[in-house]
Amino acid sequence: MLDLLKGPVLTFQEFILLSGRAIRGVVRKPYYWDDLSIQMDLIGVGSLPVVILTGFFSGAVMALQMSRALQTYGATSQVGQIVAITLVREMGPVLTALMVAGRNASGMASELGSMKVTEQIDAMRALGTDPVMKLVKPRLMATAIVLPMLTVLADFLGLVGGWLVACILLGLTTTTQYWNSSWRSLEYNDIAQGLLKPFVFAIVLSLVGCYYGMQTTGGTQGVGRSTTQAVVVASVWVVVLTFLIGRIFVSM
Amino acid sequence: MDAVLVFDNVSFDFGLGPVLQNVSFSISPGETLVLHGAAGSGKTVLLKLALGLLRPVSGRILLFGQDVTNLDESEWYDVRARIGVLFQEGGLFDSLTIAENVAYPLLNQPRLKFPMDQIDARVARSLEFVELGHTLEKVPSELSGGMRRRVGIARAIVTSPELLLYDSPTAGLDPITANTIMALILKERDENNATTLMATHRHQDGEILVRYRWDKRTASLRPVGPGESTRTKYLLLRDGRIAFLGTPEEFDASRDEYVMQFASR
Repeated sequence: MLDLLKGPVLTFQEFILLSGRAIRGVVRKPYYWDDLSIQMDLIGVGSLPVVILTGFFSGAVMALQMSRALQTYGATSQVGQIVAITLVREMGPVLTALMVAGRNASGMASELGSMKVTEQIDAMRALGTDPVMKLVKPRLMATAIVLPMLTVLADFLGLVGGWLVACILLGLTTTTQYWNSSWRSLEYNDIAQGLLKPFVFAIVLSLVGCYYGMQTTGGTQGVGRSTTQAVVVASVWVVVLTFLIGRIFVSM
Repeated sequence: MDAVLVFDNVSFDFGLGPVLQNVSFSISPGETLVLHGAAGSGKTVLLKLALGLLRPVSGRILLFGQDVTNLDESEWYDVRARIGVLFQEGGLFDSLTIAENVAYPLLNQPRLKFPMDQIDARVARSLEFVELGHTLEKVPSELSGGMRRRVGIARAIVTSPELLLYDSPTAGLDPITANTIMALILKERDENNATTLMATHRHQDGEILVRYRWDKRTASLRPVGPGESTRTKYLLLRDGRIAFLGTPEEFDASRDEYVMQFASR
């Protein structure tokens, strides 16, 4: 039994050590600004299409599914409120994070993993750069900066998607009422929750991606394995953390 | 003068049985050490220990007279700035151009503080040294295996290091290319009097280091003259233990069966 637990506990310990070094590194020199802007471009601009599409359609689908239930109670005017709250609190942050986990946590794991198995990480250390500062820190910072922005974009496009379905397609309510009710329903609590979540997700998913990359052994097969693990672990953490953070905010 | 590199009773393991056991040797300035051994005998691990990429389980390692056994990662960068290394597969950064690869240690070794305006000239000179001056803007994937290995050498020597480590520089190369690589290693050793530690499993590589010198005038190899010495030692590893340590003459005269596999007859 203890032997079974040894592996996961060791993995978790090493993950925490790497995270500690990377997070401490954020306030320490050296800074590789070039790498940071490249990563922000890769993660932020690169994820725009997929985030726009998922944001838009999650809002549209929400309005669509809610239409019948709301009609039953004659509460179709509330559709804006429902779309806004679910998107800003949960759907926006979680779906955006899952998309970025699939795109970028996997990308980080495979890039760093390939570097590991071809001795490039060793070469980096031998030639005077700390891989945590040069590789992990820029990815961590870039994700933490752009994921909240992407989430805001997804939230907004979700509202637009909801409006198209609710007002133009199904005619559940008027445009003015839709935007009014969605704007009024949002409280500071929702916004705080909706922005804190992507920030936390960003830290976790970038560190998970980098950790599995840096741990890679066993050639190209190993790179494939760590890529898969990175996506799975990052995605699971996203859904677990959204519950934990939600729990804190609900009781507040 | 102090030895450049000393291993004092060093042992290492990955948690799955010993990889190196009680390894002791030393290299003096200007000396060459040929590290022989079958695949998996611990050659690469020994080189990584000498670079601080791995930490010994027991024993002491001294570099340039300083005890480096328990240095932390940030202190290691000062020591590594004085060492040049060629990794087994070259270890080139495949997303950087050849010029950026060679410039990497000049730009990134915190201790070197190399003047920015001299970097291009230094990179060009180092690539000229390995006769690849025309490849500056290419990326590693556009070069052949032998050329990549030569770029690796250019990157290793660009900082004029006091100690050079070569991990199987000829592995996986055809004999002609392998000889080109060996000639470059001799060129660096004899032109710049570099202390050299080379791991290899080919006995020809060791022989070239023992029996030849780089002649700057003719720009080619010449046999060692009478009374001249390349100051070369042999170290043979067997399953992580030292099976032989001594001069090339003793090595060739050894009657030990394992040693005879690596010696020339």
